[in-house]
Amino acid sequence: MLNIDKLNFSYGDLKVLWDIDLEVNEGEIVTVVGANGAGKSTALKNISRLVKPDSGAISFNGADLTKLESHQVVEQGIVQVPEGRKIFPEMTVRENLRMGSFIQSARKDRDANMERVFKLFPRLKEREKQLGGTMSGGEQQMLAIARGLMANPRLLLMDEPSLGLSPLLVKNIFDIIAEINRQGVTILLVEQNVYQSLRIAHRAYVLETGRVVLTGTGEALLNDEHVKKAFLGM
Amino acid sequence: MTVFLQSLISGILIGGVYALIGIGLTIIFGVMRVINFAHGDIMMIGMYLTYNLFTLAGIDPFVSILVTIPLMFLFGGFLQKLFINRVLGALPQNQILLTIGLGLIMSNTMMLIYTSDYKIISTSYSSSSISVAGISVSEPLAISFIITAAITAMLYWFLIKTDTGQAIRATAQDREAAQLMGINVKRMSIIAFGLGASLAGTAGALISPTYYIFPQIGSTFTLKAFVITVLGGMGSIVGATLGGVVIGIAESVSAVYISSGWKDVVVFVLFLLVLLFKPSGLMGKSRM
Repeated sequence: MLNIDKLNFSYGDLKVLWDIDLEVNEGEIVTVVGANGAGKSTALKNISRLVKPDSGAISFNGADLTKLESHQVVEQGIVQVPEGRKIFPEMTVRENLRMGSFIQSARKDRDANMERVFKLFPRLKEREKQLGGTMSGGEQQMLAIARGLMANPRLLLMDEPSLGLSPLLVKNIFDIIAEINRQGVTILLVEQNVYQSLRIAHRAYVLETGRVVLTGTGEALLNDEHVKKAFLGM
Repeated sequence: MTVFLQSLISGILIGGVYALIGIGLTIIFGVMRVINFAHGDIMMIGMYLTYNLFTLAGIDPFVSILVTIPLMFLFGGFLQKLFINRVLGALPQNQILLTIGLGLIMSNTMMLIYTSDYKIISTSYSSSSISVAGISVSEPLAISFIITAAITAMLYWFLIKTDTGQAIRATAQDREAAQLMGINVKRMSIIAFGLGASLAGTAGALISPTYYIFPQIGSTFTLKAFVITVLGGMGSIVGATLGGVVIGIAESVSAVYISSGWKDVVVFVLFLLVLLFKPSGLMGKSRM
């Protein structure tokens, strides 16, 4: 579904990604784990075309993404739930969700999708008229995910959804991600919470200083000696 | 008391037009984070457009806004696409130089075509007034206020209710997140500048029956628009609406009670006081 081939990227003189190869198949949860600064978020920014790579190919169902603008990537069905949530602060919950279904193909399903995300996050329904900027971190994360779903994504890119959440909420968010996947959305998840993301992932990549150092099924990596030592503190 | 009420009301009426100019500037700033120093000159273009429609085609200034609004929108969109889009990521001083330069080109072009002579549009109602309960108000000002109120209401409706309007606000609040929603932010910037230019041009059309029209009138209004938006809070539309009315009242009341030569002093003292005690402006928000 998504194919990344030898992706290289630098911020000015600082090289951040080195020859990244990554693949996501339809129906999967694929996770990219690694320490802070490993280049995980940068990889997602490249897919969403918020930044332009030095070299390498990114294709989605055969379409070359490197020729598109950010908003056209969304029209292809790739939707990103960004790091730090990036909720529209002066808009209500409902308005934020409406913006999620801005693209033409999602507008006709707007009401149905609104119902669907309210079922997934009943808390948002209660807060419908509240301004996005006044909500708690956990609620904003729910809103960010719900807003992403409003676009009828085929592939959902999630950047650090557990960042800054309480441990109880973290487990909750990962359960919801697994549930969204069961409903038919393919997911590429970038996380620092290695244990939780490997637990729900079908396949995983370990990124260290901009290079893929390990790849395998979520289960295999959970039992990998290097992963255990480097990320799980065992 | 009658004198006070009278000056208060004419202040509110002219404040409505100021608000229109200020809202235009604040929308452009909100979406692009660019201060448009050509704003008053764009308004001046709107005045000359109205003047031409009046003298060449005999169209009443208030009717001519039906032409001015779409034409100025296209003009603004064209400026954005051709010039402003290129400096969006540039240093603020470069953006300022660009918009000042554009303003100079506009005023000098108009000077070449029309010379620096003052032009006036004299309509049958230019100097007539309506009297209500002992308070008389200028008729063209009253009409322009009604039109201003209607345009402002439509603009609020557009920005709050429609998908495109919401997308403009979303772009102002978080440009990157807007892109991730599938919003074409370059297109929104073009629409935003088009709206801003359209509002400024319309304001120009609305004041043309009561003001002298000359190529250099823009700079006064750029400054006024800037004061209004900072007073209301940069990027806040409600703030600019309020700021416009406040400035209108301050000018009008001080012209009556102090002297019309001092009204600008009063406005700038007021401006400095707001900056001193509420630096983020009356509405205190930098987002739409």
